[in-house]
Parts: sequence; C-alpha cells; structure tokens
Amino acid sequence: MDIGWYLVVSALIFCIGAGGVLTRRNPLVILLCLELMLNAANLSLIAFSRMHGNADGQIFALIVMVVAACEVAVGLGLIVAIFRRKLPIDVDELKELQG
Amino acid sequence: MSAVIFFIAAIGALAGAIGVVALRNPFYSVLALVGHLISLSALFLLLRAEFLAAAQVIVYAGAVTVLYVFVVSYVGDGTVPLGPGGLRLRNVSALFVGVLFVELSIAILGSGLKAIDGEGAPYVPGFGTPESIGEALLTKFLLPFELASLLLLVAAVGAVMLARRRMGGTTLEDLPYDESRYITPRSLFSGTMAEAVGALHAPPEDPRQTARQTAPYVPPAERKPAEPVPADETKED
Repeated sequence: MDIGWYLVVSALIFCIGAGGVLTRRNPLVILLCLELMLNAANLSLIAFSRMHGNADGQIFALIVMVVAACEVAVGLGLIVAIFRRKLPIDVDELKELQG
Repeated sequence: MSAVIFFIAAIGALAGAIGVVALRNPFYSVLALVGHLISLSALFLLLRAEFLAAAQVIVYAGAVTVLYVFVVSYVGDGTVPLGPGGLRLRNVSALFVGVLFVELSIAILGSGLKAIDGEGAPYVPGFGTPESIGEALLTKFLLPFELASLLLLVAAVGAVMLARRRMGGTTLEDLPYDESRYITPRSLFSGTMAEAVGALHAPPEDPRQTARQTAPYVPPAERKPAEPVPADETKED
C-alpha cells in the first residue's frame, strides 16, 4: 500500500481523538482520546520511517509510547486522587486547580 | 494481499477510535481502545515495524488498558449527561475537527514528497527487528533511552504519591475501618506508605485507633453531605 494511505488513516484517527478530547467530559475518556492522538502520531512516524527506510522514526515512536505510559500513570493517579476527595469526575466541574 | 489486510486493519482502527469517543460507558471505551490498538499493531506490521507492533500489543493492549480497567472499576462508570452548553460545544468541536482534517488532508496531498505515492524504501533485511532497535537505542539514541527511563521512574513515583492513602485506619473511601464489614480482615495500614516501608501493623498506642473505637461507624447515606475534609489531608498540599 502507498504510504499516503497510512497518513490518511493517521489523520483520521488524530481528528477523532481531538474531537473526543473536546466533547467528552469524563477525564478517563479524555485520557483515552489522548492515547488515540498519540497513536495517530506514532502511525505517521512509522509510516515516514518506512518511507525513508530509516529506523530512527521507530525509535521516536518507542519514546512516544514511553511518554504515553507516563502520562497514563500520572493521569490515572490524579483521577483516583480526585475521586478520593469526593469531587465530581467531570472536567467542567473541576475548574480550579487548587487543593 | 497487503491491501486487503491494510483495509481490514484500517477499518478496525477507525471503528475502535470512533467507539472510544462515542460509547457512553468508559468501560466499553477501554475495550474499544484495545481493539483499536490491536488493529494499529497490524498496520505497524505492514510497515515492517515488528518490534513496535509487539510492544504495542504487550505494553498498550496488555498493561496500560489493564490500568484503565482498574481505575474505571474503582471510580465507577461515571456516565455524565451533557449539561447546558454541551450541544453548542459539540457543534464547535465538530467544526474544529472538520477544519483540522481538511488542513491535514491539504498537508498530505499538497506535500512535495514524491515517495508518499510509493511503497517506501526497498526492504532491507533486519529493518525494524528487535536487534536493530536495540542496537540503535544503545548507540545512537543512548541519551533519549536514559531520559525515558528517568521519566518512567518520575512518573511511577508521582503516581504513587498522588494515589496513595493519606492515613492508616481508614477504608479506601476514607471511612473509618469497621472489621465487621469485611469478610477478610486486613491490617489497618495496608495500602499506606507505612506498610510500604515495612510497618505491617498499627502501633498499639496509635491515637487514631482509639478514636476509631470511640466513634461509631456511620453509613455514607446517613452522613452529612457537606463534610469537612480531614485536616491532615489539606495540610499536605
């Protein structure tokens, strides 16, 4: 398949993820949509790596996966902390970033 | 043959992505994400990224989604109905996403890259295998590799500090621990930092323990709605 098809799929996944981040109000689902956007970026990185025949893009995608795992760990820790303080699990209600 | 596999995997990835966004229950969203990630790893395999495809299935679909499932089942489904202003926000975001996709399409179609219309560079044996990735990580990309390990350490410590229990002698919901409510009694300090450093049992002269015995357990339904946050929770931040 042509590389362009992979880029189109990557753009579609990125747009779906961006729409989810904008519309959903549950922070858990917003984190999932961030995963979608990071994966779309990964797909285009790997597609360009294949296009050039150079494995450096794959290393970049691997580092992106590491950063995504860190983001998930901290984000889920935040959600658990929010839940334990009996605050609403809703990003529209959590307007003030203070303890 | 590769075109057939590509279209099956691409449709699976897009359906999974739409499922993540559209499903109301976060648990089903996580399951849709698993399907999305597995389809995406098939796309990675088509692009000759064997190691990344395996890492995607093991790390993402295996470990990260298990973390999500645990948190979803701890927090609850949390299906929030859209309040006033939600519909307008949805329209604005649909417009934004449409504009974003048009812009990305222009970027793809209008790019001067001739190689986009081809299968890519000729395949070299060993491209994308664990050997080549590992060699590149330990020679050319040693600094990003070490920084990634440091970042993982920081994130692990930060997650523990965020999600730890603030004090012993309470349940996960910060209620006083009542032995009769549990089939399997556990240590008062289980899940706290005190247990992590080796103190498995509450010291007998702990003042919180006597306070627990004097204060009777009140079910959450009978408690006052506006209960002040315990003092040492606010103090820590």
